[in-house]
Amino acid sequence: MTRQQVKSDDTIVALATPQGVSALAVIRLSGGDSIGITNRVFQGKDLTKQPSHTLHFGLITDGDRPIDEVLVSVFREPNSFTKEDSIEISCHGSPTIVKEIIKVLLKQGARLAEPGEYTKRAFLNGRFDLAQAEAVADLIHAENDNARQAALNQMRGGFSKEIQHLREELIHFASLIELELDFGEEDVEFAKRDELKQLIFKIQSYLKPLILSFDQGNVIKNGVPVVIAGKPNAGKSTLLNALLNEERAIVSDIAGTTRDVIEDEMILGGITFRFMDTAGIRHTQDTIEAIGVQRTHESMKKASLILYLFDLTQTSKEEIEREESEIKKLGIPYLKIGNKLDQASPDVLKNLGDDFVLIAAASKTNLEKLKDRIISLFQVNEVKQGDVVVTNLRHYQNLLQTNQSLARVLEGMDGHVTGDFLAMDIRQSLHYLGEITGQITSDDLLANIFSKFCIGK
Amino acid sequence: MFKRYDVIVVGAGHAGCEAAAAAANMGSKVLLITMNMNTIAQMSCNPAMGGVAKGQILREIDALGGYSGIVSDKSMLQFRMLNLSKGPAMWSPRTQNDRMRFAEEWRLMLENIPNVDFWQEMATCVVVKDKRVVGVRTALGIEIACKAVVLTNGTFLNGKIHIGEKNFGGGRAAEKAASGITEQLIELGFESGRMKTGTPPRIDGRSLDYSKMEEQKGDENPGKFSFTDTEPLQEQRSCWITYTNEEVHRQLQKGFDKSPMFQGRIKGLGPRYCPSIEDKINRFAERERHQIFVEPEGWKTVEIYVNGFSTSLPEDVQYAAITKIPGFEHAKMFRPGYAIEYDYFPPTQLKMSLETQLIDNLYFAGQINGTTGYEEAACQGLMAGINAHNKINEKEPLVLKRSEAYIGVLIDDLVNKGTQEPYRMFTSRAEYRILLRQDNADLRLTEIGHKLGLASDSRLEKLLDKKNAIAQLQRELKELRATPETVNAELAELNSAQLTEKVPVENLLKRPHLGMAELKRLDPLLSERLSKYSDEVLQQVEINTKYESYIEREQKLAEKILSLDDYKIKPDFDYDRVKALSSEAREKLKKIKPETIGQLSRISGVSPADVSVLTVYMGK
Repeated sequence: MTRQQVKSDDTIVALATPQGVSALAVIRLSGGDSIGITNRVFQGKDLTKQPSHTLHFGLITDGDRPIDEVLVSVFREPNSFTKEDSIEISCHGSPTIVKEIIKVLLKQGARLAEPGEYTKRAFLNGRFDLAQAEAVADLIHAENDNARQAALNQMRGGFSKEIQHLREELIHFASLIELELDFGEEDVEFAKRDELKQLIFKIQSYLKPLILSFDQGNVIKNGVPVVIAGKPNAGKSTLLNALLNEERAIVSDIAGTTRDVIEDEMILGGITFRFMDTAGIRHTQDTIEAIGVQRTHESMKKASLILYLFDLTQTSKEEIEREESEIKKLGIPYLKIGNKLDQASPDVLKNLGDDFVLIAAASKTNLEKLKDRIISLFQVNEVKQGDVVVTNLRHYQNLLQTNQSLARVLEGMDGHVTGDFLAMDIRQSLHYLGEITGQITSDDLLANIFSKFCIGK
Repeated sequence: MFKRYDVIVVGAGHAGCEAAAAAANMGSKVLLITMNMNTIAQMSCNPAMGGVAKGQILREIDALGGYSGIVSDKSMLQFRMLNLSKGPAMWSPRTQNDRMRFAEEWRLMLENIPNVDFWQEMATCVVVKDKRVVGVRTALGIEIACKAVVLTNGTFLNGKIHIGEKNFGGGRAAEKAASGITEQLIELGFESGRMKTGTPPRIDGRSLDYSKMEEQKGDENPGKFSFTDTEPLQEQRSCWITYTNEEVHRQLQKGFDKSPMFQGRIKGLGPRYCPSIEDKINRFAERERHQIFVEPEGWKTVEIYVNGFSTSLPEDVQYAAITKIPGFEHAKMFRPGYAIEYDYFPPTQLKMSLETQLIDNLYFAGQINGTTGYEEAACQGLMAGINAHNKINEKEPLVLKRSEAYIGVLIDDLVNKGTQEPYRMFTSRAEYRILLRQDNADLRLTEIGHKLGLASDSRLEKLLDKKNAIAQLQRELKELRATPETVNAELAELNSAQLTEKVPVENLLKRPHLGMAELKRLDPLLSERLSKYSDEVLQQVEINTKYESYIEREQKLAEKILSLDDYKIKPDFDYDRVKALSSEAREKLKKIKPETIGQLSRISGVSPADVSVLTVYMGK
């Protein structure tokens, strides 16, 4: 086995806030020497003598040269996110300043954090169980309020707690069955089959909303993939830019912070919409048409929403019908959009159904209307504090498998299967529930979880 | 006077006998030291072998090439397959045995192994040089050299017998206790503890009135333990069932003020699962009666064993109470029941091979490890014998997986979880119970036993024939078609749904209530083909077919989880470096020194959170 050492006396540093220009930036250190390292480049109070959870104003300097005026927060183990000594330096949000500060910290003995290392340390130091660790990853990835709330609920253990509770009830029954098997005289049933059935129904009725919440959870977490399609020159890229420009402030906050590839996204009504293959859209103007169209078709299949754009100055009733029947085949929600409203003839407009959204992308006419239509298609109930929403694929699969095992228990009881086989399916349900909270751990499980912490935090 | 032995086994009970036989059959020169050659392989408690989970262990011992199954078969006087109303994983063979024949058969089998020598004396200590055992010293002061030692001291280490207010040193009724070994082991750094067990009074069967009891007969078609061709029973002896009553309980309560258990004279922990009668009426006061099994001690002797009436109350209280049991009104007592306390060594001090962590080439097996039961002891003896031989021949130890054998479950539990009370096997301890059946013990283990040089060639041949026959029959059942015309009439009679088209016979076998016996009724042609196969093969195919989906799923799960057993941990891994570990987990890990991640995950006190942390830390 290869061994990857995580030494607690090894101090890591990374930028905790998004890259790029902003008012403020926060640089975070964690590890046994984080306070000492910072103190050596800090002009102000002696940080090594300051208690936990205190804030100090001063200068970060490189030798005699001041780099920036900063505020330093001191956290002492175990009262920090990683349960190690930690420092947070709030400095001015210039990439140059940030780079300079990190450079002097590296010189003093810190090293750059690996992707996911803060969370990994927090996990290793016993801050939370697996489900919670995954929720942290989700939280860091979360880009909108709903997602943040769902992740927070998971991290606070709401999810684990609920599963734990279900497990305990099942364990109780499993033990009754075991009792019956090992200690029962022939034909004695300690575990009343009727009661077991009732319990399983009860558990299933707990599980089902959780399983269903995954679809919602998935929208919350991953966003809705959207494709803008249509003939060349229908105004796809104009529409895309118009939509994105509106939200530019938010978009730029996100882009490049957590993802290597910059995607075009916008948040509407608390839901993230992710525009797919926008490079393709932008390219259709200057590449060979056939390729562009084909590529758009491929990405249409992966979308959860298609915005199909018709050029009102060019289209005909026949074209609309033909295209619509093609899109329908995909079985994906779509919106028909008529662009260049300002140039369209009344004859054309007369023939369009009510389901058309009419806009003029170039002049940003009716964009609000379009947004409302988009939101109405993805009515996600707002996630309230306390609601448990399953957003993790692994959890989802485990819940499904639990449900299947429970169904087999019921099936077994109907087929008068003996207790030893019932016990097996009950044990498997327990196993799957345990996998969610990390009570049973397997190899690939952990590998999978930690591969997801692809962030420098 | 003695040559240098390869392996010395101290103690000749179930564990010691298996250990000596295994090491010797694999080629080691073995010396078996016992305090009394007349009490080799005593059944100190009840005259029975097997039962739920224990019967499975006995079949496993036999499949590997141990002797307990054969000895049990040769000395049985009744056979019952328990739990037939439950699924095949629960079917458990159990025999009543002739106590004297059992001991005699074991002794004769051991005498028949040229590599086994005997020496009657008390071993007082092991000889240790550079943390390695090199011999045994006896009470006479003789030092006998050897390369490995297996200690199977049973209840003899500082054994103390309690009957009412009296107590005296002894390893069994009328036998001396052994001293010296505990003291020496503690000096060497071992931790020790006290455990307690008990046994009921023995009664003169001629004084009982069986008309007041229910008869419990053996099976109509008695089976046996061994996969070899031992003879099944032709005739059987019955057991009898009777019950205690409130008068019996009142009589017993009169002696509570003299009970060594209730008065605190017994410090050791007894098994919760096999409580004394006074414990039962004390803890389950609401129950008006408890079941008593009256079991013959042999074919010819009149002595009987009162199963369910284990007690350490004063003998006169025992007598007064027992005569209030229906059928026992005129009972004459042969021997009183008693409790016995003895030393054991928490098994967390062992490696998975049963070798001690502290002293090389020293192995422990049986009650010295905190277990209870003949079968539990015997299988540890077998494994210790195998591993002692392997060690001195520089071969890898045999460690059975939890999905491979109850033996694997038992040793894994002992080493990783330890035990607070005498450890007895239950099927619920095995998470892969469906795989660990008594019917497939040979399929699971005989090839392993043969590779070790323990299971004979003839055992292997028999196994391979069985395997081929199973494969062939399974193929046949897939190919053979049942047609509506031939089988529908019989199906109707069996209350099974009609066929509308030809189906593979296999499909019929999957229906509930249709087994091989029913298939034979369906179609004379089919019956003829099936009768070419042995009952063993038919049963195996029936189980495989009927429960295919369950078995497959269990197998997959086992493979997935036990893959963690393939990840080895460096022996010098420093648990102090991992801060997130609970202090309990850290202490346990430093003590047990798990060999694999899988083993680590099963250590009690090591929480799943600890496991996750370590798995990540170690870079898994």
